[in-house]
Amino acid sequence: MKSLLATLALTTALTLPGLAMARSVTLTTTLNNYGGDGAYLALYVTDPSGAYAGSLWMAGGKSKYYEHLSDWYRATGGDTAQVNGITGASVGAGRTLEVTFDLADALFDAGYTLHIDAAVEDMRDSPNEVAVPLTTTGAGTPVQGRRYIASFAYDM
Amino acid sequence: MIRAFHRWPGLLALALVTVLSLSGAALSVFPAAERLAAPQAGAGLTVATLADRIQAVYPGVEQIRRAPSGRITAYWFDQGAPGAAVIDPATGQGVASADPNQTLRWLTNLHRSLFLGDGGRIAMAAGAAAMLVLSFSGGALVARRAGGWRHWFAPLRGPLAGRLHVEIARIAVIGLVLSSTTALWMTASTFDLLPDGGATPIMPTEVSGETGFALDQMVPLRQTPVAGLRELSFPYPGDATDVFTLKTDRGAGYLDQGTGALLAWADLTGWERVSETIYMLHTGQGAATLGLVLGIMALGVPAMGATGVLIWLAGRRGRPRIRGNRPAGHAGTILLVGSEGGSTWGFAATLHAALTEAGQSVHVGPMSGFAPERYARAGRIILLAATYGDGDAPASAKGFLDRLDAADCVPDVPMAVLGFGDRSFPAYCGFARAVSEAAEAKGWPELLPLDTVDRQSPQDFARWGRALGEALGIPLELSHQPVLPKTETLTLVSRRDYGAEVQAPTAILRFALPRATLWQRLVGAGFARFEAGDLIGILPEGSALPRLYSLASGRRDGFIEIVVRKHNGGLASTRLTALEPGDTVTAFLRRNPGFRPGRGRAPLILIGAGTGIGPLAGFVRGNGRHRPIHLFFGMRDPDSDFFYGEEIPGWQAEGRLTHLVTAVSRGARPHYVQDALRGDAAQVARLIREGARVMVCGGREMAAGVAETLAEILAPTGLTPAVLKAEGRYVEDVY
Repeated sequence: MKSLLATLALTTALTLPGLAMARSVTLTTTLNNYGGDGAYLALYVTDPSGAYAGSLWMAGGKSKYYEHLSDWYRATGGDTAQVNGITGASVGAGRTLEVTFDLADALFDAGYTLHIDAAVEDMRDSPNEVAVPLTTTGAGTPVQGRRYIASFAYDM
Repeated sequence: MIRAFHRWPGLLALALVTVLSLSGAALSVFPAAERLAAPQAGAGLTVATLADRIQAVYPGVEQIRRAPSGRITAYWFDQGAPGAAVIDPATGQGVASADPNQTLRWLTNLHRSLFLGDGGRIAMAAGAAAMLVLSFSGGALVARRAGGWRHWFAPLRGPLAGRLHVEIARIAVIGLVLSSTTALWMTASTFDLLPDGGATPIMPTEVSGETGFALDQMVPLRQTPVAGLRELSFPYPGDATDVFTLKTDRGAGYLDQGTGALLAWADLTGWERVSETIYMLHTGQGAATLGLVLGIMALGVPAMGATGVLIWLAGRRGRPRIRGNRPAGHAGTILLVGSEGGSTWGFAATLHAALTEAGQSVHVGPMSGFAPERYARAGRIILLAATYGDGDAPASAKGFLDRLDAADCVPDVPMAVLGFGDRSFPAYCGFARAVSEAAEAKGWPELLPLDTVDRQSPQDFARWGRALGEALGIPLELSHQPVLPKTETLTLVSRRDYGAEVQAPTAILRFALPRATLWQRLVGAGFARFEAGDLIGILPEGSALPRLYSLASGRRDGFIEIVVRKHNGGLASTRLTALEPGDTVTAFLRRNPGFRPGRGRAPLILIGAGTGIGPLAGFVRGNGRHRPIHLFFGMRDPDSDFFYGEEIPGWQAEGRLTHLVTAVSRGARPHYVQDALRGDAAQVARLIREGARVMVCGGREMAAGVAETLAEILAPTGLTPAVLKAEGRYVEDVY
């Protein structure tokens, strides 16, 4: 439902390794009908060692609730500077979030993993709802989340 | 001014605060229901035992949460499928669904954002702010009306809508202030305007690397009672670097999954604690009883909204529009109005119309807008001043005395003050007097001496108008119809005649109650609600000025009764005393709240002569609670004008009347009611010392005589009628 074009060059380190070699990537996240209020979603990437590399998108505007995105929160210390300029509204049950970025080629097939943490008011916190390795062959293959995400896919 | 701060936010935010309060009241039920439904942990149960029990039943447990209601929820994965349930802490077994209650969710979203996201949240916060303004301005109005904060719970008088409004408000205002203040705090917190974010412990860099330490052996969990638990999150299965996260009512920390040791801890910040307390106070989560109380108080808001609108509509109807009002700078006559309820504006409109008719250019404005430097062409300034409470300035005259006091020089044009008030109140025209004195002290020349209008008397007003006309050299006939009364048709049921033999033909007239409409019952308009001592207005044919008679019955008696003496040439009394059963007359009701016996149990001393017995007899008849009543009744001849002489023995037998003393003025030794009082001086003085309330009804001379006699009787006690009046224990209804 949400179509955005964001260039991460200035906001995170993700695109720095190869700014010249970037490709347009669309992330599509569809939620199931979990029967609750809008979900907060944190989309972020970890490097081959599992360390936090940077954030791609934050769905949900109130930083006081970010602690429920517990893996992201632990990795960043709840630092809202990590999602400055790449924050949108929370995503309702059954809705789809679609965001498009220019991502550095160096992120693909290099052991980086894309994670999504999800949380809904008065429902389960679901850190690591989705964890998919970023590979060129994996593009376009939908995966299911643990609790809230019916399907997630990245397309190039 | 305060009234404006109450009226306009009230009307503007009416829909919003109604939605807020109704949804809030509905929401208040949930914490209590949850508290009752949730299986509670036994005293002494620790988080270690609880977590162990749950893990035994649900090996894939990921998180355990405890709500302030004591409800424990566990979330787990079982072979990749997510599961959640409300847990019985005694067994660790799931006993109910953990899915959010959809009704609760719907109500919550309505209550906090009208389903409109952040814009809706801000709108609802504005609603809460309006509620707060209304609470404070309303509180100030109640205090002002009652004569101070100490009299917060003083008995109320007046139409039903107004009484309901204040009755509800003075109870509910505490809850509304609490709910709206906490709501604003919570909104500020939601929008990150407060530094009340959670303190997070620093993630330990090193862990033991071991897994599988028994939950029930972990010391930090063993030291935490379930009552203090907020949340316990488990490490990812198979990830030896992950940790347990424990959140309690004291703070948050990490536990090693291999040793059970506490790796890091951060206490709650002061801001967090305040925010959590405020959350509890607002939602009732963790304080279910308080929540229910607040919910019930919130239900008062729609009722206050409805009655508030009725009050506002009634006030608007009472205030006429002034046609052809001239600007202050161009007018030759400046007419300033100090009015509380709006009736004095009616007189101002009449005066404005009459002066304009006589060729004057007149400006009408509120006394609070007094600005002498603007009255460039004024030849005179006329002040029409009502009084509020105990001699205070009415709403539209607030600040007048300060402005007058601050003015360097007073206008050199002459001024006149006309006071409006009720003679039965001790501070009769108190504000008008204060204005008059202040003007005199400032050396402001006088156009007319201070005059007063008692109980909106059109006769008083017309008399003052003639004096004004003389002073201005123009004929001025003020025919004022106060607050355009809505008349109703009354049918005479019966009449009893007295006094023909003593040349004072008098009739006790009893009319049937007219049927009250629903609207009248709601707002207490017309004859839907009246008490003995209220007044009935009769408009004689060919006259614009109504005659007022005191009622000898209340609505509860089921009839309308008055005592009327026929005066020679009196239009209304002649017409009334000529009525036969079945005949009709049009009349309106005028309340007389200053002349009521009040609620208490203190003895009543009722003093009346002639037709003045009417309302007093009404009080006796309505005295079903057997309050001690001592009636002093002056008449001419017991064989001719002993009104209610047939009923009085019955009232005495029923305990409605304790003591009757009559005074007979015809005969060899004329005896007046004052003499009767003097004869009973010791008892009267004792009763008054013990808190009795004195009510006098009758002619002006009789009332003056009674006051004089009482002053004599009370002299040894140190009390005076003036002191009693100030205490509200001495009231008069004179004519």
